[in-house]
Amino acid sequence: MPPFAPAARGGNEQPTALLKVEHLTMRFGGLVAVDDVSFEAPDAGITAIIGPNGAGKTTVFNCLTGFYKPSVGRLTLSHPRRGPLYLERMEGFRIPQVAGVARTFQNVRLFGGMSVLENLIVAQHNELMHASFFSLAGLLGLGRYRRAEAKAVERARYWLDRVGLTARADWDAANLPYGEQRRLEIARAMCSQPVLLCLDEPAAGLNPRESSDLNRLLIGIRDEQRIGILLIEHDMSVVMGISDKIVVLDHGRQIAEGEPRQVRADPAVIRAYLGEDEDEDLPPEVARDLARDGGGA
Amino acid sequence: MSGARLFGPAWLTEGVKEALLQALVALILAVPLIGLKTVQEPGGLGLQTRWPAVAIAVACVFVGRLLLVIARHVWPPRPKAAQSPVVAARIRRFVRLLGPAAIAFALLLPFLPFADRYVLDVSILVLTYVMLGWGLNIVVGLAGLLDLGYVAFYAVGAYSYALFAANFGLSFWACLPIAGALAATFGILLGFPVLRLRGDYLAIVTLGFGEMIRVILINWSSLTNGPRGISGIPRPDFFGVPFNPSPAPDASAFHTLFGIAYSPIQRVIFLYYLILVLALLTNLFTLRIRKLPVGRAWEALREDEIACRSLGINPTNTKLTAFAIGAMFAGFAGSFFATRQGFISPESFTFLESAIILAIVVLGGMGSQVGIVIAAIVLIGGPELVRELEEYRMLAFGGLMVLIMVWRPRGLLAFREPTIRLADFDRTARARSEPAATVP
Repeated sequence: MPPFAPAARGGNEQPTALLKVEHLTMRFGGLVAVDDVSFEAPDAGITAIIGPNGAGKTTVFNCLTGFYKPSVGRLTLSHPRRGPLYLERMEGFRIPQVAGVARTFQNVRLFGGMSVLENLIVAQHNELMHASFFSLAGLLGLGRYRRAEAKAVERARYWLDRVGLTARADWDAANLPYGEQRRLEIARAMCSQPVLLCLDEPAAGLNPRESSDLNRLLIGIRDEQRIGILLIEHDMSVVMGISDKIVVLDHGRQIAEGEPRQVRADPAVIRAYLGEDEDEDLPPEVARDLARDGGGA
Repeated sequence: MSGARLFGPAWLTEGVKEALLQALVALILAVPLIGLKTVQEPGGLGLQTRWPAVAIAVACVFVGRLLLVIARHVWPPRPKAAQSPVVAARIRRFVRLLGPAAIAFALLLPFLPFADRYVLDVSILVLTYVMLGWGLNIVVGLAGLLDLGYVAFYAVGAYSYALFAANFGLSFWACLPIAGALAATFGILLGFPVLRLRGDYLAIVTLGFGEMIRVILINWSSLTNGPRGISGIPRPDFFGVPFNPSPAPDASAFHTLFGIAYSPIQRVIFLYYLILVLALLTNLFTLRIRKLPVGRAWEALREDEIACRSLGINPTNTKLTAFAIGAMFAGFAGSFFATRQGFISPESFTFLESAIILAIVVLGGMGSQVGIVIAAIVLIGGPELVRELEEYRMLAFGGLMVLIMVWRPRGLLAFREPTIRLADFDRTARARSEPAATVP
């Protein structure tokens, strides 16, 4: 159970970040996928996590959203209404339910056989369950549930308008083109009214126009909803264009953190991305060992 | 086989090859199945060979396959989309017309001229399976949890009615909720250990659960009377008034209450309406719950459990409610079964029953309520229709199932109606708000 600590925070501290990740480590047997990563994500800001393939970005996400239990580390979410919550102690489905952390997936995970609108209504499950006394009110046909459902549909309509899918509301989600499926997944996450939105490669597979639309959408969400956005992305036009802050991972380790401008100039980041050959001057057997260790980590 | 090209185009050569291969398979199968027959001889069993029959069978397969290849070439099969809008619209129109018509027919059936005792008995049987199919549909069709042990809950319902009625003299209507609650409890009992299982593994465990219940019923003799079963289960009465041909002078019976002559069919008609009401209640419940958060969560769970968790849906509760509610309806059906039969034994609750109920759900088209009715009529009523075929009955039955699977591989009415449509929602919302708007 998450401790519902008093909302008052330590007086002489700086305003707390929305999400504080401290010493996050995730081991799978001998493999260290994420190694001592610490960063903060601000409220009403976009934080990008970038890094080469296999850097551990999605693992960080899975720890944050309860799909993995971190081996070590503290994940503190300062919920605007519920105070600090320790995500690493919460059961998987309670993280979205109680802490308000919504996510999308690298491979889109929609409810394919259900309609677009239904996808967005399912996202509001907990609110509707509450309004309908666990569906009993709805079973008896009470007005209370009808009103709650009408409200849910209005919220769904708002997000359908925002992502430009209103005309497709009654389509099966699986029949949408890929770009629209990605947008629907974001709309679905937003319908659950999160305080932190985690997007796993939202621009993957989008054409340049679609990804600039995505940029506008994400900036809009940040500025209007005032929620934190955590973003994994390979598309640098998205990352550099909209991020307020960037965290760079490489082989599970955090190699840089800062504003886009700083990170872009960071030699460690350039090395990680361009693979600058630093082993040139080493004796061959040492280089071989290094390469082996690097491959195993 | 390069010389084969001489007698025709390439597709025909391929077709002949295919037909030859099929004929070979048929030959392998036919030699032991058709070619050899055991006969009684003075000295014991003897073997009789029937090679001409084998030759006929193989020739039939060869010619049949060849004709099929030719037919496919002459009329190439249209590529069909799984759920093209045209097909979907056609099914929706069909269902909208068929549903009310079927209910009206079901209500009038006992008064139709051909409805004799036999027709009503078969109808009651079909309706029992319709109800079971609708109940299992909640678990399999909506929540996507493959349950091969559904008959266990049917058995729990039947035995709870039998035991409560026989030992405590409770009436059918008092036992019905008890049986439902007990079956639901067993549903949750089954649900807990299988929460983390999916697909095949879930199917295996539920299969085992179904067998466990049956074995317990056989062996717990002190409670269940073991394989001998429970007999003398009270027959249903008309809300307290018995169906009794010669009631005591001061007591009333159904026929004296209504001032009509006694007829044994009155009880059958009452049973018919009883199961019809129970089945329709199941249907109404399912139709309603689909549009409620729990029902939508079931369907979402069927589509993608991980996405469900990422939206804060509690998968444990969602699965357990599906198991419990599905089991509850099986419990109701079980009570009805016990009161109708008057006798139950573990023999009635074998795996075959589970398989038939599942076949009804799958054949009907997962999640389709009307499809399940049609499938129940085909699977339960079908064998009755072809009773004249005697020993070829099961052959005809199997052939029918193969045909259906070829014709509609995803079930008879595999079509899912969304639980809410933006267009419909707007229309009803406008209709509701307009009168309000005129009020100053």
